[in-house]
Amino acid sequence: MEQALIFFFEYKLEIFIIALSIFVGIEVISNVPAVLHTPLMSGANAISGVIIVGGIILVGHADLSSFSFSLVLGILALIFGTLNVVGGFAVTDRMLEMFKKKKK
Amino acid sequence: MDKILGTFNGLEFTVGDTLLEFSYLVAALLFVYGLKLLSHPESARRGNLWAAGGMGLAMLTTLLLHKNAEGAHIPISNVFIILAAIGVGSVIGWIAAYKVKMTAMPQMVSFYNATGGLASALVSLLEYPNAVAGDVGSILVTILGLIIGAIAFSGSMLAYGKLDGKVGDVMKPFMTYLNLALLIATLALGAIIIFSPNEPAEMTGLLYLLLALAIIYGVMFVLPIGGADMPVVISLLNSLTGIAASMAGFVYNNQAMILGGILVGAAGMILTILMCKAMNRSLLNVIIGAFGGGGASVGHEQGTIKEITLSDASVLLSYSQKVVVIPGYGLAVAQAQHIAHELESLLEGKGVDVRYAIHPVAGRMPGHMNVLLAEADVSYEKLVEMDDINPDMTNVDVVIVIGANDVVNPAAYDDPGSPIYGMPIIDAHLSKNIIIMKRGMGKGYAGIENFLFFNPKTRMLFGDAKSTLQKLVSEIKSL
Repeated sequence: MEQALIFFFEYKLEIFIIALSIFVGIEVISNVPAVLHTPLMSGANAISGVIIVGGIILVGHADLSSFSFSLVLGILALIFGTLNVVGGFAVTDRMLEMFKKKKK
Repeated sequence: MDKILGTFNGLEFTVGDTLLEFSYLVAALLFVYGLKLLSHPESARRGNLWAAGGMGLAMLTTLLLHKNAEGAHIPISNVFIILAAIGVGSVIGWIAAYKVKMTAMPQMVSFYNATGGLASALVSLLEYPNAVAGDVGSILVTILGLIIGAIAFSGSMLAYGKLDGKVGDVMKPFMTYLNLALLIATLALGAIIIFSPNEPAEMTGLLYLLLALAIIYGVMFVLPIGGADMPVVISLLNSLTGIAASMAGFVYNNQAMILGGILVGAAGMILTILMCKAMNRSLLNVIIGAFGGGGASVGHEQGTIKEITLSDASVLLSYSQKVVVIPGYGLAVAQAQHIAHELESLLEGKGVDVRYAIHPVAGRMPGHMNVLLAEADVSYEKLVEMDDINPDMTNVDVVIVIGANDVVNPAAYDDPGSPIYGMPIIDAHLSKNIIIMKRGMGKGYAGIENFLFFNPKTRMLFGDAKSTLQKLVSEIKSL
């Protein structure tokens, strides 16, 4: 019990952010028409590529003086993260362009 | 930029640090705003661009302003490596995004989801040795990021393979238990690592084992899930990738990552629940895959099946006032959306009112049918959602069911013993005439008899959806 209380106090800020983000996520999505489910999902998918920021930090401060397996993995993480971000946003835009065209 | 502004919690902070954090705030707000705009057809495209702008901003400021614990900026040599990696990823991602066919969109989204999951898993894997022994909070998020990211990666890769027709469904009764055991083993190993008093750097062997277990679990988790349940699984995996990214956000104490990740996690979860509701099944039921067994209500009175000739069908359609097309998975598989649109325009030319009734789980991912029909130039005002078309169904002269089955099965109303009992369906049976286009007398995904086929108002048109539609179109033209 005491452990849990300590944990909560130490991470209260993060827990606040989680709780509020969940609500924002639900609130923002709840009224989406079915027409947009696929683009919405693929747009959200691209946002989850925000992990790339982690990849930049990771590789950014990596030691380049010697070759290491971790560096290779880090660069791979960056490439895959970028794929997620760029591919995700591009594919979403392509789908939405189709919807737009039909409006007139 | 390096001017020290003051101290916070005993640490000095500079103009650059402040700007970096501020840019993360802007990025996070752009994610929320973009997602908000994405939920309306008129503003969706702008929303996507805003969110992309937020991402670009966060990437740029991180590259320029981020400092490690020792206060060092990212060295220029590392900047070049990062830019090269981003360049490679962008080119591949861009080309793939512009080459993919709309029918292959679910595969594409799954693939990108897999790459995001993998990136999260790798970042967690590489950050773990930097954690401080005994700091349960930060080790917990690292391990969770690793497990969730790895599951999202391998699960999405397998979903990609399945949607692309490279991998079939494998469902053996023992797999439920095997999967449960795998999940428990993965979580247990994760717990061991989290609560171990050893230095994290000494535990990398176990960490790689954990990664392997999570990857195997992801594969085993998606393997038994059938084609019709794919919409649920894809949105669930999407949600997992978001959560994995937010876990990595905690590792870096980066609020843009936390918020972006959780936002996607929550949105994906909502969409998952929506899909489950549309099939009247619980998430647990989808994951465990309770269909296939049971089959309580066989031996129901079957009645006879009547066929319709192409010429009869074309006359019937041409002299109707209201026609509703109900497209399903089969239409997507046969790639018959363009020819369906041709039929629609042809009938519209004859003064027939044609609409499409879209079931929430039609197609291979949520909303996939809408994208397919939009690609075929069908105006989105013609796509009517199930709840909006059902009240009008009694006024419809003809419904054409193309490659859909369970979503029009009246057993969902009548037969409490049926596995789909209670599932919301499109009320095709209420219309005046029903034409069902079908490849053969096979049962739907759920393996249950469709009572609609035996309805006195129903007539069947057997054959491949695309070629049958083509013949129907030329028949109508020659009238």
